[in-house]
Amino acid sequence: MSTATLPTELVFAKRSITRSLRDLDSLVTAVVAPVAIMVLFVTVFGAALDSTVGGSYTDYVTPGVMLLCAGFGAALTATSVHTDVSKGFVQRLRTMPVRASGVIFGHVLASVLRNLASIVIVLLVAVALGFRPTATPLEWLGIVGLLTAYVLVFTLIAAAWGLASKSVESAGMFSFIALFLPYLSTAFMPADNLPGFLRGFAEHQPVTLVTDALRGLATSVPDSTTLTRSLLWLVGLGVGATLLTARLFDRAARS
Amino acid sequence: MTRSSPQLTPPLIDPSAAAQPALAVSGIRKRYGDREVLRDVTFAVPEGEVFALLGPNGAGKTTLIRILTTLVRADGGTARLLGHDVVRDRARVRELISVTGQYASVDEELTGRENLVVVGRLLRLGKTAALRRADELLEEFDLTTAAHRRVGHYSGGMRRRLDLAASLVASPPLIFLDEPTTGMDTRSRAALWNVVTRLARGGRTIILTTQYLEEADVLADRIAVLDGGAIVASGTAAELKRRVGRETVELVLDDGTVIRSVTDGNPERVRLLLNRLHSEGRHVRTLTVQNPTLDDAFLALTGHTSATAPTDKEPAR
Repeated sequence: MSTATLPTELVFAKRSITRSLRDLDSLVTAVVAPVAIMVLFVTVFGAALDSTVGGSYTDYVTPGVMLLCAGFGAALTATSVHTDVSKGFVQRLRTMPVRASGVIFGHVLASVLRNLASIVIVLLVAVALGFRPTATPLEWLGIVGLLTAYVLVFTLIAAAWGLASKSVESAGMFSFIALFLPYLSTAFMPADNLPGFLRGFAEHQPVTLVTDALRGLATSVPDSTTLTRSLLWLVGLGVGATLLTARLFDRAARS
Repeated sequence: MTRSSPQLTPPLIDPSAAAQPALAVSGIRKRYGDREVLRDVTFAVPEGEVFALLGPNGAGKTTLIRILTTLVRADGGTARLLGHDVVRDRARVRELISVTGQYASVDEELTGRENLVVVGRLLRLGKTAALRRADELLEEFDLTTAAHRRVGHYSGGMRRRLDLAASLVASPPLIFLDEPTTGMDTRSRAALWNVVTRLARGGRTIILTTQYLEEADVLADRIAVLDGGAIVASGTAAELKRRVGRETVELVLDDGTVIRSVTDGNPERVRLLLNRLHSEGRHVRTLTVQNPTLDDAFLALTGHTSATAPTDKEPAR
């Protein structure tokens, strides 16, 4: 017996989580993909790339795979948000005594939890494959915080994208961005091998900075410049995406 | 949190408001670009009535419903639900209405029961109360056997019933149904009609839009015919039929001749006709009296049948 009421936002979050647990796509993305990608990178490229990165490729690539999986998972938010707006769910909420914007919060919270779970799976597989982080508890805290912030920001951008999309297909396009962004970074390989202009992009884009910051923390040699820069990126993108999401939601709900 | 909790029974109306109609619409205007969608729409619906807005596609029905349910603002005019203005008191209005649109806004990944529980919890019911209310509604809408199936596996008619059930979790006194049976097969339509009739018997005020004359005829106490953004006629189905209505008498004679005569409902004319035929020595084989249908009324009022109406699409939602 329970008569406790849940805050609207948590009801929405629970709904989003139940939905993702039922959806084969998002389950594969959240659970199977991390295992497959981690194993693939380490076993297929690992031996060849150990020398390129000057050390264990497993240690090198694990943060990158975490970001790849989390970003790809977060991208699904674009589709769920778009569906809720286009299929009339938000419309229904707006005729009810309910804060309709809570539905976005629900999707965001669900995405953060789902993708942190993916990250844990990557981590377990990585450790099984020889990943040996040397972080102190404080550094671990930093890793968790940075990853959470990354997932959150990526999810918010995905939400804004989903709201701005005119069709489910274009909402789904965000997955491609999420997939390619890490490849144009130092997540899987140092940027030295990239052609000129791509190299400039790769060296300064947020995925690179966050990856480098995570590597530093994991190996107990945190680099405060990288850390600060990646935080600045995340805060800036996060605030921008939140404002944009709020505005687009208002517009979408009113149309 | 200052929001009041949803009521499971229609809320008592304070005595000062007792004389008010459930819905009072006055001079509502709306224009999208240079297209005038609604022109000076005025009507009132007393409590407990089933009121149908009948009109072809593009008549402005959906826009009107969207204004009445706080989703869109009118350019002019006012609408009050149980005394509450749809713009100024929209928070209160949202506690009094349920809206079911033309498509089912339910989650396919969740079961029917889960969908209803989500709505219940959004309306701040406790877990137990939300489950109980969900089961009541599933029973009422004949979905109990499908309660634990995912909505993705539901038929179109079941989805629409669930959608309607979801809008009724809070038992609001005013129910808006926007083309509730558009695209449904005959059986699902009959099932939904039953549900609406039952809701009406429960004392709810129901405002429905439809492009099906039969639907308005079967369900509504009163009908307003909306055409080109304006109400061109309103009244009970019988009144509308009478208004255009000429009763016709059709006689088939022994030699196969067919005679049709308009009677204006006056039996004396029929007697005179029969007398004349008798004096001419002609024998009448059959006599049938035909009353005007709502189709006839609609044709007379709007100049087109619902089927051949100009299908100016309503603006995208």
